[in-house]
Amino acid sequence: MLDFFNRLFNPAPPSSATAKERLRLVLLSDHLSLAPDVVEALKRDLLQVISRYVEIDQAHADVTFEHREGEVAMLASIPITGVRPRLREEPPEPPAAVPPPAPPLEAALTTATVHAPLEAHAVATEPAVKAATPAGPQRRRRRRKASAAKRAAQATVQLGTPAQA
Amino acid sequence: MQAFDQPSGAGAPQTAPPLGRAIVVTSGKGGVGKTTTTANVGAALAARGANVVLVDADVGLRNLDIVLGLESRVKFHLLDVLEEKATLDEALVRDKRSETLYLLAAAQTREKEDVDTGQMKALIESLRARFDYVLIDCPAGIEMGFKNAVAGAGHAIVVCTPEVSAVRDADRVVGLLPNDWRPQLIINRLRPGLVKRGKMLSVDDVNGILRLPLLGVIADEPGVIVATNRGEPLALDMGSETGAAYRAIAAKLAGEDVAAPTVRPSGGFFSKLGSLFGGR
Repeated sequence: MLDFFNRLFNPAPPSSATAKERLRLVLLSDHLSLAPDVVEALKRDLLQVISRYVEIDQAHADVTFEHREGEVAMLASIPITGVRPRLREEPPEPPAAVPPPAPPLEAALTTATVHAPLEAHAVATEPAVKAATPAGPQRRRRRRKASAAKRAAQATVQLGTPAQA
Repeated sequence: MQAFDQPSGAGAPQTAPPLGRAIVVTSGKGGVGKTTTTANVGAALAARGANVVLVDADVGLRNLDIVLGLESRVKFHLLDVLEEKATLDEALVRDKRSETLYLLAAAQTREKEDVDTGQMKALIESLRARFDYVLIDCPAGIEMGFKNAVAGAGHAIVVCTPEVSAVRDADRVVGLLPNDWRPQLIINRLRPGLVKRGKMLSVDDVNGILRLPLLGVIADEPGVIVATNRGEPLALDMGSETGAAYRAIAAKLAGEDVAAPTVRPSGGFFSKLGSLFGGR
C-alpha cells in the first residue's frame, strides 16, 4: 500500500533521464578503463598520500574501479604494515594539498596499531557520481548544482577495515 | 601508385588550387545514418556549387551508390583504382542531378583488410587536389575499415542518434580520432515529440555528454525513408524541412554563420503524425 502511494507521488523519472544517467556512468567507467596511465598515476599519488600517515605495503596495494548500481566506486586495498611514530602522540597537521582525513580514518588507524598488519579498504566514490545518483528529487537538485569543475575538486574517502567495507 | 588523372567532368577544377577538405563521416555504431548523411551533405555542398566527391569506404557493404541512386552506373570501385585495374577517371561516377558531385564506390565483393592504408591515404590526397570536399563514408566499427577511412582525412563528422548505444560508441570513436581534429556532431533521427515527453535524449543531453561542436540536427521523419527508397537525396528537395536542415549543415561546413540548429517540437505535419504514433 505504502509502495502504491510512493509510486503515485514520486513517479519514475522520465526514461530519457534514466538514459542520460546510465550513459554518464558507463562512460565514466569506459574512460577509466581506457586510460590505464591515468589510473596508474592516481594509484601512485594515493599511496603517497596515505604513506604520510601510515606505513604501507606498496607492493601489495591494489586500486580498482567497480561499476555498481548507481555509481562507479574506486576500491583501494592497501595493506598497512605500521604507524608513523608521530601519530601516537598528536593528530598530525595535514599538509595543505591533502584534504583533512575523514573521521573513519582515525578509527581504522586505532585498529591498525593493535592488529598490524591490517588491510584497509578505502572506498572513494566519485563525487559527481554520488551527486548525480537519481535516488529522489533532492539528489536531482544537487546534481544540477554540481558543475563539471566542482566534480573534479573534492573526493570523499572512507577508510575502514575489510569487515566494514 | 599511379598518378590520378583529372576527371573529365566539367565540375573538376582545371588548375592546381589549394587542397580540398577531406572529411570522414563516422559513428562507431552501425545504422545511425552515416551513409544517408554523407549522401545528403555531399549533395547539399554540390548544390552550393562546390566540387564534391563521396568516397564509400565501407568495403564489402557498399551502399552509398544505392542511396544516391547511382547503383546502375558503377563500373569500377575504390579497390580497382588502388590496384590499378581502372583509372580514377573510369571509377568516378558523376551524379545524375549535379555536375559537381561524384561518387567513388566501394568494392562489394572484397574485404576491408584488402585495402592498404598507405594507398588509401594517397588516393584521398590526390582527390583533395581536385575536389573542394572529399567526404568519406566510414564503415561501422573501429577496426581496419575505420582506420582506412580515417587515414586520409583531416576532419571528421560524427553522426549520432539519441540512443545510449549510439552515444557511447560516438564517444569511443571521438577518442580514437586525432586530438586536433575537433570533430563536429550531427544528431540524427531526433524525434522532438518524444524528447518533449521525456522519452528520448535531447540534443543537450547528447551533446552534454559528447561536448562537440554541433553541426546540425536531423529529425526522424518519413521523408528521409522515402527519399532513400527513390535514391534521391532529400537535401535537394526544396520543400522539405529536413532537406533544409541538410543544406544548413552544408552552409555551416562551407564556413557560413548559420544559426544554431533547431528542430521544433511541432515541426511539420510528418513529425506531428510521427509523434501521434510514436512511443518507440
